[in-house]
Amino acid sequence: MYDWHEIGALDDVPRLGSRVVHTPHGGVAIFRTADDRIFALRDRCPHKGGPLSQGIVHGHRITCPLHNWVLELESGQAVAPDVGCATRYPVRVENGRLWLGLNDVVSLAAVT
Amino acid sequence: MKERLILVGNGMAGMRTLEELLAIAPDQYDITVFGAEPHGNYNRILLSPVLAGEKTVEQIMLNDLDWYAERGITLHAGKAVIRLNRARRQVIAADGTVAPYDWLLLATGSDPIILPVPGNDLPGVITFRDIKDVQAMLDAACAGRKHAVVIGGGLLGLEAANGLMKQGMEVTVVHLLDVLMERQLDTEAAALLRTSLEERGLRFLMGAQTVAILGEERVKGVRFKDGLEIPADLVVMAVGIRPNIQLAKAAGIHCERGVVVNDTMQTYDPRIYAVGECVQHRGQTYGLVAPLWEQARVCANHLAHFGISRYRGSVTSTKLKVTGIDVFSAGEFGGGPGCDEIVLRDRARGVYKKLVVRDNRVRGAVLYGDTIDGSWYFQLLREKTDIGAFRESILFGQAHLGDAGHGGGNNVLAMPDEAEICGCNGVCKGVIVKAITAQKLFTLEEVRAHTKASASCGSCTGLVEQLLAATVGDYSKTSREKPLCACTEHSHDQVRKVIREQHLTSLRAVFDFMEWKTPDGCHSCRPAINFYLIAAWPGEARDDAQSRFINERVHANIQKDGTYSVVPRMWGGLTSPKELRAIADVADKFQIPTVKVTGGQRIDLLGVKKEDLPKVWADLNAAGMVSGHAYGKSLRTVKTCVGSEWCRFGTQDSTGLGVKLEKMTWGSWTPHKFKMAVSGCPRNCAEATIKDFGVVCVDSGYELHVGGNGGIKLRGTDLLCKVATEEEAMEYCGAFMQLYREEARYLERTAPWLERVGLAYVRQRIVEDGEGRKALHQRFLASQQYAQIDPWAERASGRVDAHEFQPLRRVG
Ligand SMILES: Cc1cc2nc3c(=O)[nH]c(=O)nc-3n(C[C@H](O)[C@H](O)[C@H](O)COP(=O)(O)OP(=O)(O)OC[C@H]3O[C@@H](n4cnc5c(N)ncnc54)[C@H](O)[C@@H]3O)c2cc1C
Ligand code: HEM
Ligand code: SF4
Ligand code: FES
Repeated sequence: MYDWHEIGALDDVPRLGSRVVHTPHGGVAIFRTADDRIFALRDRCPHKGGPLSQGIVHGHRITCPLHNWVLELESGQAVAPDVGCATRYPVRVENGRLWLGLNDVVSLAAVT
Repeated sequence: MKERLILVGNGMAGMRTLEELLAIAPDQYDITVFGAEPHGNYNRILLSPVLAGEKTVEQIMLNDLDWYAERGITLHAGKAVIRLNRARRQVIAADGTVAPYDWLLLATGSDPIILPVPGNDLPGVITFRDIKDVQAMLDAACAGRKHAVVIGGGLLGLEAANGLMKQGMEVTVVHLLDVLMERQLDTEAAALLRTSLEERGLRFLMGAQTVAILGEERVKGVRFKDGLEIPADLVVMAVGIRPNIQLAKAAGIHCERGVVVNDTMQTYDPRIYAVGECVQHRGQTYGLVAPLWEQARVCANHLAHFGISRYRGSVTSTKLKVTGIDVFSAGEFGGGPGCDEIVLRDRARGVYKKLVVRDNRVRGAVLYGDTIDGSWYFQLLREKTDIGAFRESILFGQAHLGDAGHGGGNNVLAMPDEAEICGCNGVCKGVIVKAITAQKLFTLEEVRAHTKASASCGSCTGLVEQLLAATVGDYSKTSREKPLCACTEHSHDQVRKVIREQHLTSLRAVFDFMEWKTPDGCHSCRPAINFYLIAAWPGEARDDAQSRFINERVHANIQKDGTYSVVPRMWGGLTSPKELRAIADVADKFQIPTVKVTGGQRIDLLGVKKEDLPKVWADLNAAGMVSGHAYGKSLRTVKTCVGSEWCRFGTQDSTGLGVKLEKMTWGSWTPHKFKMAVSGCPRNCAEATIKDFGVVCVDSGYELHVGGNGGIKLRGTDLLCKVATEEEAMEYCGAFMQLYREEARYLERTAPWLERVGLAYVRQRIVEDGEGRKALHQRFLASQQYAQIDPWAERASGRVDAHEFQPLRRVG
């Protein structure tokens, strides 16, 4: 099961932008798209570990700031032809508040 | 139920359209394909190498039967469609098969023209269009038939003749005119071509008009107008092609030379689209594959109901595919009024090159014997580049230009597979070739996406294009202005123009007005448009932080470990004990691991944690220092030497002028980074002649130099002019920067920009047009009002973008 943590308000994250949540397992990047969808991925690019939270959000995708890999926010998968995946975390928006789900197994897997 | 799409014509254009369609809308249609030929789809242009014995039929298959099965596409191979019933939306095939459609795509290609002479239907008289024809030629050669006559000395005829000769036949090429390949070559290149083909064993009959094919059971010979008769066991007619429009015409769809389509590839029947050689678009028909690729992309877009892309026609170039003979041709190679010809002849090496030039732009090219620079000339042609600066050496090729960056001279074909082509991404030749063949790549963009070759600095683009051309064996390429990115069909210049003319001031407005294909752009177009907006409408367009690269969003340089570097501004490279103390204190206080002097005479603090940035800036601000913009597409630094104040050689106060220039220009955003320097005398200690704008002081005033840079492609500056006073130097500098800001494309440095538009143009705007210069300078100063706000102070205050520097939350 997930351990749900309240992490802030929807408007704390700029549209087409991102914020970071520090967790015991490392940074988790929270993204907000133009249509106000919220996604969470581990803040490490599958390519060379670039901080995804510092990239450019477009559509439901994020471009890594270091070498321009593009990842799907929904799945964490790199867009072809690149291959790789960033760990996903569940997020919920309730009454304008953001909740991040951390699962011990998932997040431990994320550190290793 | 899904809508039904039927493709008539299982050839290159039609299938390419389906592939494009499946890529963007995989599940939209139930697809059925009718093809008159009993095969899957193959690469027709490689029939020539098959005939010459250099490739096999299996090697040229593009989509085998499994390909259709795997995608659930019904293929009727070997069934020609003989009738369309538009009222009932049905196609009817020769064997009686009837299939209903909701949407129909016609891609019936062309038919070879058969000369209307007696005997043209005798066995042994064939054309050169499909596998069956090649098979007939190979059979004839195998059966020991001796004499082949090829009628037609164009591309196709010569490729057929060469193949038949390789198969051991004695071949005569018959041509109506005196010049071979007259649609592509001038007299001189054609003569060279003829000589070298004759050396290989081909015979030519020029100026010969065929009046009859002789024989009873089978072809025996050919008779010409002057009465001459020659023996023939095989006659290949390669006198041209005619768009195959019978089907459409019989169904009452409007046709002229081809099936007439609009810019969306739609015929006069809105349910019916058409692509390929059978269409006529804006009065033009095409006989090469490159335009078909563009048509296919546009058509797929509309079949997928995206409805946003348009085909605007293509410019093409051609190459002959006869191994060992290099011929290239493009544009108006014949010249005309007002044209100059630049010609190089080297009989001994068998090389002939001719460029047709008007107003310092390449209009056409014919190359024989050495075609390595064909793609470069073609690029100059379609981008209408001003060649004034290198006109005298242009025929020596791109490798000869000091700053070209890649040696076009080292023929890629001769390179070993391990040879590195793309230095940026470490991609070697073998990998690229493999990707092209295995993944069936046809365009530069595709190679970039799959291999990353040429995806970074682009200096290997020429090499990759050559590899592509060599590997797919294609003699054609097309052109159009490159779209800004995959989100749009529009080019940089079109976007800029619309922003200015329509007074667009936000990204949203641009996306909407120009019908962007993606909801909010991508990492390529957003930063570019953001720049165009703030450059066009200073103070009015809002700078959109989310459309800035991270460095410009947080005003520091991201490093590979996710920390940042901080470079405070030091005007003209001058500093003081107070500033140095403050820098030392900051380094101590925030435990900054590395302090380095940069090449631009500044001090770089490397390894600052993101959260610390505002505090570091606050401390630096307190000592009077502001952002050095070492992170931006903006004015970087003005490097100076000590000049007349201290140096025994100094002629002017170079340091003082450097400080003034930096105070005037700091904070301004430019298409790419912009570096300056001022040297106090021609010894040039500040290296002003490799800067975007450099000043070299002399006794009588100031030499202004522009368009230099270090880096991958080193380029020395061009001298713009000499001025007498500091005030003039400042005005010219502001005007030059503003012209660059207003007219260069995003991420184009001054060096390539200058080469594209020409030094003469910049001189005209900055030096000769005094009013214009003043206006440019005024516009520059006006936009600086909004730019010269220290971004560090704003952020150190905590009032701007605070969210950028704080984690949202810490949990656990
Ligand atoms: C030998 C040769 C070499 C070439 N070399 C080059 C080159 O190097 N570079 C270059 O750019 N171009 C080259 N071309 C030209 C290039 O092949 C054509 O431009 C291209 O194939 C045209 O594509 P298309 O789909 O319009 O027609 P096609 O590829 O001809 O496809 C049309 C298909 O429709 C089928 N068809 C027609 N009518 C019907 C019907 N009623 N029912 C069912 N099926 C039907 C035909 O059988 C055919 O298979 C070459 C052509 C030839 C013949
Ligand atoms: C395209 C690849 C380049 C990259 C990634 C790059 C990166 C950098 C970086 C990281 C710095 C230090 C600034 C900081 O860390 O904040 C820097 C400074 C500098 N670079 Fe480059 N650079 C590139 C190309 C060039 C080129 C082509 C030149 C031209 C000679 C050049 C000359 C300089 C100079 C002179 C400085 C010092 C700037 C200053 O004092 O502010 N760089 N560059
Ligand atoms: S460029 Fe000339 S004036 Fe400047 S330091 Fe060098 S020698 Fe002295
Ligand atoms: S680390 Fe993300 S693209 Fe290289």
